Amino acid sequence: MRSTIARLGGVVAAGTALVLGLAACGTEESPTGAQNGDGATTLKIGFMGDLTGANSALMIPPSQGAQLAVDEFNAKSTNVKVEMVKYDSQGNPDQAVTQAQKAVTEDKIVALVGPGFSGESRNVGPILEQAKIPSISASATNPALADNGWKFWHRVVANDDVQGPAVADFLVQAKSAKKAFVVDDAQEYGAGLGDAVAKEFEAKGVKVERDKIDPEGSDYSSTVTKVKAASPDVIFFGGYYAPLGRLLKQLRDGGVTAVVSSGDGSVDKALVEGAGKAAAEDAVLGCPCLIPFGSDVPELKAFSDKYKAKFGGDPLIYATEGYDAMTSFLNAIEAGNTTSEKINEYISTIDFKGVSKQIKFNPNGEIAASVIHIYQVKDGNVTWLGDTSQAQLS
Amino acid sequence: MLNDFISQVGPSTVGGLASGAIYALIALGYTMVYGVLRLINFAHSEIFMIGSFAALFVIMQMGITEPLTGVALVGTLLLLLIASMAASGGAAVVLERVAYRPLRKRGASRLAALISAIGASIFLQELFALVIIPEVFDRPSQGRNQVPVPRLFDRETVFSVGNTDIRNDHLLIIGAAVIMMILLDVFVNRTRIGRGVRATSQDPETAVLMGVNIDSIVRTTFLVGGAMAGVAALLYTMEFENLRFNIGFLLGVKAFTAAVLGGIGNLRGALLGGLALGLIENWGSIFFGSEWKDVIAFTVLVLVLLFRPTGILGESLQRARA
Repeated sequence: MRSTIARLGGVVAAGTALVLGLAACGTEESPTGAQNGDGATTLKIGFMGDLTGANSALMIPPSQGAQLAVDEFNAKSTNVKVEMVKYDSQGNPDQAVTQAQKAVTEDKIVALVGPGFSGESRNVGPILEQAKIPSISASATNPALADNGWKFWHRVVANDDVQGPAVADFLVQAKSAKKAFVVDDAQEYGAGLGDAVAKEFEAKGVKVERDKIDPEGSDYSSTVTKVKAASPDVIFFGGYYAPLGRLLKQLRDGGVTAVVSSGDGSVDKALVEGAGKAAAEDAVLGCPCLIPFGSDVPELKAFSDKYKAKFGGDPLIYATEGYDAMTSFLNAIEAGNTTSEKINEYISTIDFKGVSKQIKFNPNGEIAASVIHIYQVKDGNVTWLGDTSQAQLS
Repeated sequence: MLNDFISQVGPSTVGGLASGAIYALIALGYTMVYGVLRLINFAHSEIFMIGSFAALFVIMQMGITEPLTGVALVGTLLLLLIASMAASGGAAVVLERVAYRPLRKRGASRLAALISAIGASIFLQELFALVIIPEVFDRPSQGRNQVPVPRLFDRETVFSVGNTDIRNDHLLIIGAAVIMMILLDVFVNRTRIGRGVRATSQDPETAVLMGVNIDSIVRTTFLVGGAMAGVAALLYTMEFENLRFNIGFLLGVKAFTAAVLGGIGNLRGALLGGLALGLIENWGSIFFGSEWKDVIAFTVLVLVLLFRPTGILGESLQRARA
């Protein structure tokens, strides 16, 4: 008897909640933009990424780049203002879903820069697709993301299928390599990139030998012995900068002088610290990202100066891409588009010179200009040499 | 395949002996404590880590940024040796006092001591990641990243055998490990305290009746085992020049394996097991690739234990031989 009443109570409660919920939905019939005091409309654009988690070093620069674009826009625009709302996914795909739902239903964003990583992009994509909200990621590079048929999804970086072959081609051409040695850390990202590079080397007729290291280990002497015996012209490492620093140091101590190269996981000044200045010298790094690193190219210098004035530090990885992604949306708004669907239509036809590259999207959301940039360690600093077509190794 | 082996066997042997010497020095701590208390001190890997950071601390205090030579180098290395041995040995004694003795006094089971060891290990790692690396080593919010160590001396080839270059750093590591082993062997076999250690290991009750102070023997065992880990820590810091809060973990597992391989409780077994493990790993890598080296090492361990369950040399500290 008691349980029947309890159950009955539960049903009533659930029903009431449902009715109230429906009522709430009914009354909250608000337009996308909110009017503020001086007659200007304020639109919300989200930024989603790992802002406080383990890899936040990769996401804070693009969030600041995006913020810079918004501030510049607000300074000159009078009738429409933009507010950037940050969504901290901590790189966790499940948390990203919760945050995306909040962004869509509560905050009613008109567009989203992000999500930062590929895993969270996979989860958030369907939500944005259903809500018809356009997104541009500055950093998610998993190739499969473009195969979902999403109409509202875009990215301003080349995917991982481009990076490996582009770096391999560049090394073959720049070093006229005949023998290569590819090492990777046996993890998803590192092994994938190592495979792609090894495949391209072989396609170009370069003889490839391979080995794997434990990214948590310290003693890489067995790998050094193998590399030395193979006496390659170029060495490529698929993985992150911390193990590469240790490997590089041991390779140089072991008397290996061949050029050492790696991908976007290693474009960090901490590489120089880990390997030591002497061992890190001349290491070649490829990345789909454009990091100015004190470049004196006028547009990049202008960007770096503005960024530094605002945030007190140099623009690091994905800062230019974050700026360009946000600028794409802001251009759409400037052209008079204030609803998410209109913005999406506009950015599908967009074609302008961004800081990082020409911004123009393919119908599947991929960036048209699949550019890979080459960096080299010079005198203890990572320096930008240009994209694979312009870079010259010294 | 055979060509690979011929071209790589020399350098692999040198690399294997150098890593093996470090395994062996750490293995001594596991083996001594096991010999006396029948306890696997899983926090021993953190004793090693503390020694390596102590060495780095002194290097930073001395303001060394350029490689040293001659008398300055020898003096610095001796000073660092004292610092890391004192830090590791001291930490091991404190660990014993805080984490093990209270349990031993209450007659707790060995399982309780094992959990206490794991707890101490996690505590010490997190202490370094959260407090000591950010604060003492001035790397705020980078407690879990690697800490670079300045180079102490330039690597040079001392002599070559065929295609194998023998470098000064490798000679130093192997030489230091062998000298420490000999000193320890003399200490355990020829001194009064050493006799107490062996007596306790053979039969603790009788040893007490004969007037051996167990607490003092246990403390000495932790001190000496810790100091040996301190030697390993300095050699490691000097050779690899990168420290992290969890460097002890992987090395600790390897050193424990080396101790079991040689015969846990047996000092000479620790040396043999360490060198054998280093060589097996590096030789195995020639044929199968470096990613297989742990598989090869543990396959050999299982095979050895199948035929000699007490390890290559057996558990002989208790039989008063080591």
